[in-house]
Amino acid sequence: MRTILYLLQKEFIQVFRNKAMLPIIFIMPLVQMLVLVFAATMELKKVDITVVDLDLSETSTRLTSKFEASSFFHLTRAQLSPAETDQLLMKGTADVVVTFPSGFEQDLKRNDQASIQILVDAINGSAAELSNAYLQTVIGSYNMKIRAEMMGVPKFTPPQQVSVIPSYWYNPELNFKFYMAPGVLVILVTIIGLFLSSLNLVREKEMGTIEQLNVTPIKKYHFIIGKMMPFLIIALLDLTFGLLVAKLVFGLPFRGNILTLYVFTSLYLFLVMSLGLFVSAISDTQQQVLFVSFFFMIVFIIMSGLFTPVESMPLWAQNLDMINPVYYLIRIIRNVVLKGSGLFDMTRELLYLSLYGLTMFSLAVWRYRKTV
Amino acid sequence: MIKVSNLEKSYGEVKALKGISLEVEKGELFGLIGPDGAGKTTLMRILVTLLLPDSGSATMDGLNVVDDFRKIRKMVGYMPGRFSLYPDLTVEENLQFFATVFGGTIAANYHLIKDIYIQIEPFKNRPAGKLSGGMKQKLALSCALIHAPKVLILDEPTTGVDAVSRKEFWEMLNKLRHQGITILVSTPYMDEANLCDRVALIQNGTILSIDSPKNITKSFAKKLFGVKVETTAQRFECVGLLKELDGIDSVFSFGESIHITSNQKDINEVNVKEYLNNKGHQGILVEKIEASIEDVFMELMQNEAN
Repeated sequence: MRTILYLLQKEFIQVFRNKAMLPIIFIMPLVQMLVLVFAATMELKKVDITVVDLDLSETSTRLTSKFEASSFFHLTRAQLSPAETDQLLMKGTADVVVTFPSGFEQDLKRNDQASIQILVDAINGSAAELSNAYLQTVIGSYNMKIRAEMMGVPKFTPPQQVSVIPSYWYNPELNFKFYMAPGVLVILVTIIGLFLSSLNLVREKEMGTIEQLNVTPIKKYHFIIGKMMPFLIIALLDLTFGLLVAKLVFGLPFRGNILTLYVFTSLYLFLVMSLGLFVSAISDTQQQVLFVSFFFMIVFIIMSGLFTPVESMPLWAQNLDMINPVYYLIRIIRNVVLKGSGLFDMTRELLYLSLYGLTMFSLAVWRYRKTV
Repeated sequence: MIKVSNLEKSYGEVKALKGISLEVEKGELFGLIGPDGAGKTTLMRILVTLLLPDSGSATMDGLNVVDDFRKIRKMVGYMPGRFSLYPDLTVEENLQFFATVFGGTIAANYHLIKDIYIQIEPFKNRPAGKLSGGMKQKLALSCALIHAPKVLILDEPTTGVDAVSRKEFWEMLNKLRHQGITILVSTPYMDEANLCDRVALIQNGTILSIDSPKNITKSFAKKLFGVKVETTAQRFECVGLLKELDGIDSVFSFGESIHITSNQKDINEVNVKEYLNNKGHQGILVEKIEASIEDVFMELMQNEAN
């Protein structure tokens, strides 16, 4: 036990003597929280919409002003030929072009039916779908209104319809930042857990200090724990710091128990650090460790559900997420922070992370050889 | 104290040790002398439990280096060939760290390192990476000694160290030996062999000879002459000419002079000088000399090759 303390003392001296360390610990979380959370938003705002009104009737202008009223769209009116309309999308000056054909109102009144052309730039598929859905909603509600008007029904007895009033739980304002911030916190602790500890171990190999250390009576698990603890503490410190930034800067609600969060994050860190140390146990240089760790991190993050919902991934990919530690922690942190879930609401995750972590740790200790 | 028998080790195709046997007495200063790639480091790394031998056995103080590796690690002090202390920790922190991981303190064994440490103490707050080569070695030796090992294993401790520091280093080893510590030291410098109690000449993974430096040089059976010439160009030419002379066994360039060996009765200082004079070389000085370790080494190497 005393040996571990001496190892820790040595590691801490080294960590804080490294000039790059303090910026990593304090600047990195700040930049990540302030830049990533604001930048990585999927909220759609200010879609450039151009309305080509060839009808210029009351109906078409009223619908146009409905589009204009929405904060979602940034509207431009233009009188253009179909060829010029295509150009607008081609050049990218408009994301959506809505065309009212001439005789739009007449058709509506005579045939009870009229068409509008909607062209959407779909390079970004999800944005295109979202714009279209929003347009459809606006048009749909307008449709309802003019039908009622045309049928001459008095305002007090609107036509029968099912009305839907959604109630959004856990994030009632659909604030995207509340969704992103927990995810960014996970990236933060992952970088520290996966990279710093594994680079630290392999540096001993590169410098040759491991040779001197290996002839000492230090036990293998002492050494591995000595490599983990400092960065576990630093990562938890950074988590706290990141949470504080999230709370102060964009008012992230914190509904759960902070201890629950630390328990899960510690388990998670134990797991990714073991993975990192395993990688460095089989590598000889910092470069190798960096590349392999990077590979894992990119795969883990892209598949984690940070940016895209896991539920929309193909089934095999969802199954693959079983072994993705980032996937677990992002879900856990979102649940703890936004839903207020406790330890016992997530016993499956608790058990899973523990077992997974222990396996990785054993692998790392086993693979780290004191003899060459 | 150290007993090695028939030790073999291969790295893939390369046989680094081809059945090495040697014994080191308690309190002895034993030198492993041989060129780079002879197998010195491999042998030492097996002894300090960093490498597993393919076959053969090695014991230290009766402890097997494979089975009792835990006990061995506590009783041996090892100084690798490459500087292996923490460059970002200070002199004092390094010493402190190595004292504590062995479960001791600096104070407990300070008497062992006092003479050495006192020389680097003025720099105790300097990061170890910023020390000069000689001081690094003194620190490394201090760190290897701080847990009071019974056996000290030093892998080329004087390589890349200036002449004065080298001399000081050997003086320190000598003192340590008097304190009863068994020392196994390797070096590529033949002149350092004379400072050991006994040496093993090692080449290509085999031991050529084991004895005290005196007996080793005494064992040199042939006549040995040193030929001194005036210029470097002349030396090269003379080496070529002497190789053509009948009755000469070997010709080696030894720094400023040329060493030749012979078994023939009719080869002596006078006729070698005459031979070179006749070939147009003046200012030649030929004298009969005592063999050094290096002469023996060259001789043994040649025999091995034949």
